[in-house]
Amino acid sequence: MLHFSDLLQYTDVFFSGLLTTVELTLLTTVLGIALGSSCAAIRQYGNTVSQRMVAVYVELIRNTPFIVQLFFIFFGLPSLGLKLSPWQASMIALTINLGAYSTEIIRAGLNSTPRGQIEAAKVLGMTFRQTLTRIIFTPAFEKIYPALTSQCIIVMLGSAVISQISVEDLTYAANLVQSRNFRAFESYLVTAFLYLGLAIALRFVFNQIGKRLFAYREAR
Amino acid sequence: MIQFSNYDIISNLLYATQWTILLSIAAFIGGTSVALLLTAARLTRNTVVQKCVRLYVELFQGTPLLMQMFLCFFGLSMLGYEISAWSAAILSLTLFTSAFLVEIWRGCIDTLPKGQWEASRCLGLSFLHTLRHIILPQAIRVAVAPTVGFSVQVIKGTALASIIGFVELTKVGTMLNNATFEPFKVFALVALIYFMLCYPLSLYSKYLEKKFHVSR
Repeated sequence: MLHFSDLLQYTDVFFSGLLTTVELTLLTTVLGIALGSSCAAIRQYGNTVSQRMVAVYVELIRNTPFIVQLFFIFFGLPSLGLKLSPWQASMIALTINLGAYSTEIIRAGLNSTPRGQIEAAKVLGMTFRQTLTRIIFTPAFEKIYPALTSQCIIVMLGSAVISQISVEDLTYAANLVQSRNFRAFESYLVTAFLYLGLAIALRFVFNQIGKRLFAYREAR
Repeated sequence: MIQFSNYDIISNLLYATQWTILLSIAAFIGGTSVALLLTAARLTRNTVVQKCVRLYVELFQGTPLLMQMFLCFFGLSMLGYEISAWSAAILSLTLFTSAFLVEIWRGCIDTLPKGQWEASRCLGLSFLHTLRHIILPQAIRVAVAPTVGFSVQVIKGTALASIIGFVELTKVGTMLNNATFEPFKVFALVALIYFMLCYPLSLYSKYLEKKFHVSR
């Protein structure tokens, strides 16, 4: 039978794992979207060589499993002389992963701006930078916000894999607990629900932020 | 100690690739079958059934695939259901795939104007007739591109089966890495093989998307 009470004494283990997962998710969200935005801008307005390079990066990441990317960065890069802690390697891998997906998402947003608006901005004497931030980026960001946030949640769920290079995240906590009390089903079930709760909480937070950011819509 | 030449590494990896392909195909077939049933269930106007499907989707989209695999593999065997890594991998990938496909297909069916359902009803078509002659032919055209696109996610998902001990591409990669101490080369090759499996599907999905957009 199921014995969930055996897990109660490990509350702090689960909690610290949860904290690591949240910490990495938030950091990755910020860094990944920053990377994605720059890559999308390059892909859209850069020269041919840089456009190609971004395209190769995006396709390489989107067509290989995250766990292989993680292993490549953690095990592979030290042979080039770049030694990384598990935590650093995970953060880099997660950021690079989210960066590639968000590049595609953001680019779709940039493409949705009608050409006429860009021309109009030019006619009005706006500089390229002003046009980019006010005419293209802001409305594009609003349009892609839901897709971008669900990608962040997908990356958060995918981060379960980093326990494999012994980052002490939520999955690592589950493995630790089940190896101590042999209650595999219970500890993985509880962990699965913790992830579910985290996903729902993140979506709620992103929705609230979205409402704040795009509040001017309501006022109009 | 056995020496591994480049040839050995590549041939071992290619040999393991067949398990990745087989697992992907099994998961995709399992996933589409379950997703078909769930989509059919969702189309009935029973609110309880609809809620259950939504819960299913929420559950399997909101938890990590790795956790689902652990539950299927370690969890079920702890509960007394002995299960092989192969069945656990197929089971969890089927659940994962179906949850995403139901959502994708729901979107495709919802893009069709509501008026078509109403018009069919006015014309005296039954629910099944409407589905078969009006809704499905259109929805399938819209659904093909994202479904092919999602198959890439399934292939990538199979890499996680290595963690529960299923010997496929990623697992052989880690094994070779342990034997050769050449992680850079081994994992680059593993990534390359995944890329060669996934990229054509990505391209095909993009092509299908364009084709259907142009003809619409």
